[in-house]
Amino acid sequence: MTRLLTVLARTLLAAWLLAFAGHALAIDSQKAFEDPALQARYEHINRELRCLVCQNQTIADSNATLAQDLRREVKEMIAAGKSDDEIREFMIARYGDFVLYRPRLTATNFLLWAAPVLLLLIGSFIGIRYIRRQAAEVDTDSPEAGQS
Amino acid sequence: MNNWLKFALPFALFAALGVFLFVGLQRDPSYVPSPLIGKPAPEFTLPSLQDAAYTVSTNDLRGRPWVLNLWGTWCGGCRQEHDTLIAIARSNVVPMIGLNWKDDNVAAQEWLRALGNPYSAVAEDAEGRAAIDWGVYGAPETFLIGPDGTVLFKHIAPMTMEVWTKEFLPRIRAAQAGAPASQG
Repeated sequence: MTRLLTVLARTLLAAWLLAFAGHALAIDSQKAFEDPALQARYEHINRELRCLVCQNQTIADSNATLAQDLRREVKEMIAAGKSDDEIREFMIARYGDFVLYRPRLTATNFLLWAAPVLLLLIGSFIGIRYIRRQAAEVDTDSPEAGQS
Repeated sequence: MNNWLKFALPFALFAALGVFLFVGLQRDPSYVPSPLIGKPAPEFTLPSLQDAAYTVSTNDLRGRPWVLNLWGTWCGGCRQEHDTLIAIARSNVVPMIGLNWKDDNVAAQEWLRALGNPYSAVAEDAEGRAAIDWGVYGAPETFLIGPDGTVLFKHIAPMTMEVWTKEFLPRIRAAQAGAPASQG
């Protein structure tokens, strides 16, 4: 049991280190900002914006020219004192919601967001009705059927 | 009636799912719809490709429909559509403005000399800033802008005569009919 726990802890540690290493490996050869807080914001925003050319990468991962240009825009907007939301709005105005890796809740995709809850509700409704009906059937059955 | 429903309901659900998936297969996943359609066209004032002493500005184009074509000598699709652009320019329906995106100035001028120049004017976007304002993500892209300065249509991929006649011309006609007073 303790051996299993040790293995588990080691695996988790390795996974954590790997994830951390991924963050340290930014694609820019130089830091965009000296200030670590600004650099952290810069990297965080880049990781949330889609590279439109290479669509399954963020602009933090891609070295496509457009991704480089978009990183430059992000850098300049941070330097100009724009908030994270303002930078996101800038990108959405030009490239639409698709540019966001974490989609917002909008009128168009509301059903998609609500679907899990709706399906759960419908499923529970059907399930409860089924169980109730079964229970009712057992009640009215002969004693033998109730024992099985 | 209940038995019939037990058979029909899953079947109907499966058919509906199939229709959705089939429609999904026909769609191009790399196509990104532009949020610019129906919105004011982003403005730019950039140096002219042929002579940096002159500028090309979106402000000069108000009052009539015009076309913006984004290209670069590094772009294969641009070479592919070039002859179509020349044919469209010859029909002389609307001014076509070129936006030369992150290109080598000398190579771009040579390209126009060798292949012909379909553009009324070419703006040089060396840093790619105007392209970002227009939400461009891959050349070639062609926009149609109305007389009031709103973006009416965007075509991503090389221009073809079919797209021009089906998508652009009707919108140009409508725009010209809708705003005859603001001509000039």
